[in-house]
Amino acid sequence: MNLFEHIGRYFLMLRSVFRKPEKMKVFRKRFFNEVDYIVINSIPLVAFLSIFMGAVISLQTASNMSSPLLPDYTIGYITRQSTILEFSPTIISLIIAGKVGSNIASEIGTMRITEQIDALEIMGVNSIGFLILPKILATLIFYPFVIIISMVLSIVGGWIAGVQSGLYSTEIYVYGIQYFWSEDYTGLYYALTKTVVFAFLLTSIPAYYGYYTKGGALQVGQSSTNAVVASSVAILLANYVLTQLILI
Amino acid sequence: MVEVKNISKSFGSVKVLDNVSATFKAGQVNLIIGASGHGKSVLAKCIVGLHEVDEGHVLYDGRDFSLMNRQERTEVRKEIGMLFQGSALFDSISVLENVIFPLRMFTQMSEEEMRERATFCLNRVNIIGKDDLLPAECSGGMQKRIAIARAISMNPKYLFCDEPNSGLDPKTSILIDNLIKELTYEYKMTTIVITHDMNSVMEVGDHVVFINSGQNWWEGTNKEIIKTTNEEVVSFVYASSFMKELREKLINN
Repeated sequence: MNLFEHIGRYFLMLRSVFRKPEKMKVFRKRFFNEVDYIVINSIPLVAFLSIFMGAVISLQTASNMSSPLLPDYTIGYITRQSTILEFSPTIISLIIAGKVGSNIASEIGTMRITEQIDALEIMGVNSIGFLILPKILATLIFYPFVIIISMVLSIVGGWIAGVQSGLYSTEIYVYGIQYFWSEDYTGLYYALTKTVVFAFLLTSIPAYYGYYTKGGALQVGQSSTNAVVASSVAILLANYVLTQLILI
Repeated sequence: MVEVKNISKSFGSVKVLDNVSATFKAGQVNLIIGASGHGKSVLAKCIVGLHEVDEGHVLYDGRDFSLMNRQERTEVRKEIGMLFQGSALFDSISVLENVIFPLRMFTQMSEEEMRERATFCLNRVNIIGKDDLLPAECSGGMQKRIAIARAISMNPKYLFCDEPNSGLDPKTSILIDNLIKELTYEYKMTTIVITHDMNSVMEVGDHVVFINSGQNWWEGTNKEIIKTTNEEVVSFVYASSFMKELREKLINN
């Protein structure tokens, strides 16, 4: 299949995803399971990455600020901007695309090759909606909170690293974090818009690759790899387009 | 009753089914037999709608499945139970939850009623005290029986079994065959079994359809298959020298 056929089939799949679920009670249960499985389970990894990346961003910024004309609070400002604009929404999403994407593709792919999806279809269940909609909705609604946690923890990481190294004081760092904050929320709006788009991409694309897996264990592995690659590429492309549309 | 009328199906340039017609009567075990790669599984998948037919019609008690929209098909599918070759049990939920699944999706039963019905179905296939096991913790024969229990949980009018004996020892195979036969007679279902197990043909084949090169080559009962002179059927059914000898003895008797 060429790229355009994949894109066409992806959109046809999405049409089936957004059909009304057969039974709301079952859907609700699956939805909260997916919140736990995809979102809550990602928080420890995101927290770990965010604290250390925030720390590194602030330390690198501090170590590169040799000009006496630059005030020290710039470190806090740069850490905040790097984290909110790029690190938390984009880099964390790329990492989560790897973690969650391979998981989704292999889960659905295994269900495909073991005929569990056929079994759902025979029963009269809309298998695409049943398997994929709870994942997409759980991520769309709750993933932005993970990214907000990441933003906060990165900034905290930057504060801890700088203060314990003696590079700047808490007051200066906090002043930098608050600098221009009350005047412009475009950055936050941009970051959260990106997050929602990335949340959709990092679940729907792996789900697509998993759902259309053919063959055996080897092909499930390939689907999983393709899913991570495709969702990472899609996230980076969307990142560029959204930056152009919102920030410029 | 399930009827297929002049079904054709191609994958790319390969024509897998070529103008196949057959009638599968209610209350009978109908077998579709044939060599591997000759289209019997594709025929079954066309009948249940997992593959769209290129030409022809599938009728469930006179209702044309091929002309139905998604909603209408969903209604018909609620009347279908299917046993897959690899059982296709949902591997992340317990045995009991697997059997409850269709009830949970399509009925308004209370939790208690669903459990009762699922336990009844599991007992019916002789699975007792395994409710909390995961499918992977059960043997192949048990998995087939659990899949049968799931298939009959909604009281289906039509039961499809795709190679129910594959990977099973002869004794367990006969057990599964007899179970399918008993359930078919008990619930007056239209049962269609895809198989190349000759024991099944002799044991439960009320009506046998032989598919060869994507065509309906021969139709009859398990009694008639012994005496048929159709060369393709004879070479398929009596492939081994033991079976050839057996056939001669049966005909002579």
